[in-house]
Parts: sequence; structure tokens; C-alpha cells
Amino acid sequence: MKPAQRLTLFLLMAPAILWLGLLIILPHVEILILSFSERVAPRVYQFGLGNYLEFFTEPLYWRTFARTAIMSILVTACTLVLAFPIALYIARVAQGRLKAMLLLMCLLPFWVSELVRTLGWMILLRETGVVSYVLQSIGLASQPVELLYNDGAVILGLVYGGLLFMIVPLANALESLEPSVVEAGFDLGGSRWTVLRRIVIPHAMPGIVAGSIIVFMLTVGNFATPVLLGGKNGLWFTEQIYAQFITRFNWPQGAAFGMLLLMLSSIIVWAGLRLSGQSLGTTLRQA
Amino acid sequence: MSSSTDLEIINVIKRFGSYNAVDGVSFSVAQGEFFSILGPSGCGKTTLMRMIAGFEDPTSGDIRIREKSMIGVPANRRPVNMVFQSLALFPMMSVGENVAYGLTCRGVSRAEADKRATRMLERVGLKGFGDRRVTALSGGQRQRVAIARCLVLEPTLVLLDEPLGALDLKLREHMKIELKQLQAMFNTTFVYITHDQSEALVMSDRIAVMNQGHFEQVGSPRELYNNPQTPFVASFVGETNRWSGETASASGDAVTIRLPSGATVQGKGQAGKAQSLCFVRPEAIALGTDQASLGNAANRFEGRVSAVLFDGANSSLLIDAPGFEKPARAVLPQAGPLAGIGVGAPIHFGWATDSMKVFAA
Repeated sequence: MKPAQRLTLFLLMAPAILWLGLLIILPHVEILILSFSERVAPRVYQFGLGNYLEFFTEPLYWRTFARTAIMSILVTACTLVLAFPIALYIARVAQGRLKAMLLLMCLLPFWVSELVRTLGWMILLRETGVVSYVLQSIGLASQPVELLYNDGAVILGLVYGGLLFMIVPLANALESLEPSVVEAGFDLGGSRWTVLRRIVIPHAMPGIVAGSIIVFMLTVGNFATPVLLGGKNGLWFTEQIYAQFITRFNWPQGAAFGMLLLMLSSIIVWAGLRLSGQSLGTTLRQA
Repeated sequence: MSSSTDLEIINVIKRFGSYNAVDGVSFSVAQGEFFSILGPSGCGKTTLMRMIAGFEDPTSGDIRIREKSMIGVPANRRPVNMVFQSLALFPMMSVGENVAYGLTCRGVSRAEADKRATRMLERVGLKGFGDRRVTALSGGQRQRVAIARCLVLEPTLVLLDEPLGALDLKLREHMKIELKQLQAMFNTTFVYITHDQSEALVMSDRIAVMNQGHFEQVGSPRELYNNPQTPFVASFVGETNRWSGETASASGDAVTIRLPSGATVQGKGQAGKAQSLCFVRPEAIALGTDQASLGNAANRFEGRVSAVLFDGANSSLLIDAPGFEKPARAVLPQAGPLAGIGVGAPIHFGWATDSMKVFAA
């Protein structure tokens, strides 16, 4: 390689390397180191596994952790079930302008911040909110109904936030399915259910996995939605991290929690890929 | 029709908006027959086939398979299977699973379906291919899988929608023969759609020529070739010379036509009142080095070779002759005194009255 070429390559690579190094690798190395430092006296730290031991000995921590993992899987599953028919419609039925319109409508809520979107749900669901008012006025409830601050509200908000990220890779995957392959599935005697199960879903598998990974990661790391819609009952693991860093000012503990969350999502994504028999490469291409 | 009729189409019309894609088509196909529908693209043949398969509903008319009306019967309940133009093999399944798919849909057990699929693959010459991915097959092999996938279900009728279109020429020639052999081996009724007249002529027992939504003529390949009933069939099926001119005289079916550029030709058929079309096959034109070698053919002309189109046994000559606005095309035998003829050489050519078909313009 000529020196000039090498310089060009270096300059072209520089932003990516800087971004990767400064914003992703460096903070994580810092957090990793931090998570292994124990406070033995005021302003005296030494290397130790204390922060991780604390996680396993305090039930609140690991229960919140397990709850976050299970709820996130549930949210991902709900999002997939909801998004599949929508994606199927966008990819196979809608044509031209309608297709563009529908995708735009999915995108529209993301023009405002997550906080505003969540506040929108609060307006609908709170005791003096729209849903409560409608239920009372049609006589289904005799007094104001509080629909906020429960797991249902948290799941609802998280599914809503994840829907777009599921629909886009799904619609992409479904679009590439040749119409005649579906017709052949019917022609050879398959019912709607057989065609869906043996032809459409296997074909969409890379899209399903890609969408699920994205939604799961967004959900597990979400902060505002569980806090606002779940209130005190939210108990999302990110709240624990926030509390350690900001309220308790215990950075090493917070760092350990952060590393645990990273491990959790990595393990679940890996397990998901193994179970569906997909490779990370094909999945990333789909997403 | 007798009880051996597998498919009966009765006055089927399919309308898209104000446009009649299929316009009152009726025909029937006997058990074990290889029936082709031949027509240019956009003539409605694919719509007709999709109605037989059950992917479109006719606007009016009836489709009967073994005497049972198929109106309102969904595609997955019809005893009809289709080989798609793109073949539409299931890429997510192995070759064996592709063939077994239809059987498992019918509730045949996995083990039994696999056994039958393996046997079917053997019969179409794909023994041991069951575990391969369909993407790992050659064009001809994929073709056979697509047909095996249908035949394993023992359907009353197999529909084939230009399945040879994507293959290269050599393979297409080979598959024509193979398809015909498969059809004879399984004795299943085939309805074959194509725009390629040579595919239809080689394989079919009977051919329907379709144009602008209706059938022009139904008949054996020989009938269509030798006795076309309409100008469209005459020009679409096989190579032909086509001239139009004014009717000079007509008595019975013998017609004399004067071409605008001056020549007068004689043929047989139904002349128009003023204008007529006449067709003569290139192989019906006799060639000779002098008048005498043409014998007593009614049409005899003299011209010069304007081009030699060498194509082995299919070689032909284009001949420029005074009185013809377009050069005449004639088959050039590759064995004989004219085999080595060159451009510009003088030549005599002619044909019998019977060889020239005349239609009203």
C-alpha cells in the first residue's frame, strides 16, 4: 500500500475508531474496573468482588433483575405477536402510497421524545384520565379507575415503544418472500395455518430474530417508561443502576449492576440466536 | 363429453374493470391428454390458468374437473396442482421436504410421506437428492422437483405455467422431451401454458391458440400447422410468409390475389371482398435453377437471393423478386444442388395453390 493510500484509509477509519473507542470501549472498560473496586474506608478503594456479592445477597436486587429479564422477554413476545400481522399487511397486501403511509404512521410517534410519548399514555390511563372517564360515562365503572402503576401499564408502554423496531425488520423479511411460493403452498393443499407455519414464518425468521433482539435490548435498558408508568411498582433494573449512581452515590455498585445487565442481554440474545438457529450475520443484514 | 373428461371449461369470462382478460372460452381436456394453451404474452392464458388452479374466480362461466364444478372451491381443495413459472420451490425446505409437503398437508404421516417422496424422487431420476437444499440444484433438477412435488399428490390435472422459460436453450430442448416422457409415464393430464410455439408443437396432443382473451383455434399440432383457421393462427404457429393484397378473382375456394407491388398469386381459402391475406410456409416453396425444375406449380417466380440464413437443417433463403414488397423466405435444403448458393445468385421459386392459405383481411 502506498503511503498516500494508507493515510486516506486512516482518515476514513478515524471517525469510526474514535466513536467506537471513546464512546463504547473506553466507558465500558472504566465501568468494568470500577465494578471491581470495593470501598473499605472513606475514599479508600481496593480490588474485590464485593459489589457482585452484594447483588446476590440482597434479594431486592436479584429479584428486580430476574423480573426485568422475564418482563422484557414477555414484552418482546407481545410485540412480535402484535407486529407480525401489521408487518404482513404492510409487506404483502398494501401497495404503493398506502404502504408508505402505513410505515409513516408507525414512525410518527417517534418524532416526539420517549418521555412525551409516555406522558401521553399517562394522560390516557391515570385515575382522572381519558379511559377512566369513558368507562365511567358508559357505565362500566362507578368510580374513577386507576390504570397506571401496574405491570400491565408498563408492558403496554414498552410494547408501544418497541413496535416500530419489530415491524420494520419483519416487513423487510416478509417483502422478499416470492408471492408464487405462498401460492404454491396453498396449491399443494396447505391451509392458511400450514402456509404460515411452514413457509411464511421460516422465511421471516431472520427478521423475527432481528426485531426481537432490537426490541429486547431497548426494553431491558429502558428507564423512563417503567418509572413513569410503573411508579413505585415499576422495579426495573435500570432504576437500581440509577439509584446507585445518583441517589446513593455508590458508583462501584452501580457499575457492577451495569455489567450484570450487559451480561444478561448478551446471554439472552445468544440463547435466542441458538434457539432459532440463526447466525448474528444474517440477522444483522435483515435489521 | 364422455366420462373420461378431466377438465371442462364452459364459457368462462374474466373481467378486470371493463377489460375482458378471458372472453368466453370453452374447451375440454380428456384424461391423460397433454393440452397446451399457446398465445402471446397478455393474451389471458395466465389468467385462465390461475382460474383453473383456484387463484382467481371467473366473472361468469363454469370450470369442471371430473364433472364437479370448481366454482367456490379454494385452491388448496382442488385436485389440481401447478408448476409455477418461477417453479416456486420452498427454499426453507430440503428437496425431500418439498416433495413431501403436499402429502403432510393431507394428513399423511411424516414417515409415510417421506417414503413416498423418496420413491417419487427416484422415479423422476433424483435418487438420493432428498436431503439436498433446493438452492444446490441445477435448473433441470429444480424443474423435476417442482413436477415431482405435484405428481406425488396424484392430481387429476397438472398445470404448467411456462416452466421452461427460465432455462437456457440446450436444457429447454432436453426438458421438452423429458416433460413429455414424464407425462406419458404417469399418464396424468397436463395443461401447459406457453408463448413458445415450438414447445407447444413438440409436446402437445392438442393445442389451443389464444389471442386477446379468446381461443382462435383448438386442434392437434398438425392441424394447426397445416390447416390454420384464422390469420392469427397462420402467422403465430410456425414460420410463414405473409402477404396482403386485393382479391382479383375468387371461384369456390380458389382465389387469385394481386399484391400491391404487382405480383399475382393463387391460393385456397376464404377471400375477403376487397382485401385478402395470404400465407405460405417456407418449406412449401420449391426452389430451382430454372423454370422446368419447378414442374407445374401454379405460382412460379424468378428472383435473386438477398440473404442466406444458415442454421444447419433449418437454413433458409430470403429471395427478392420483382412484384413482392417483402422478400420471400424459403427453406434451403442442405443436401442438393442449391446447398452452396450465395447472395445475389438468380433463382426460380414457386409453390402449389394448395400450399397457400388465404383469409379475408
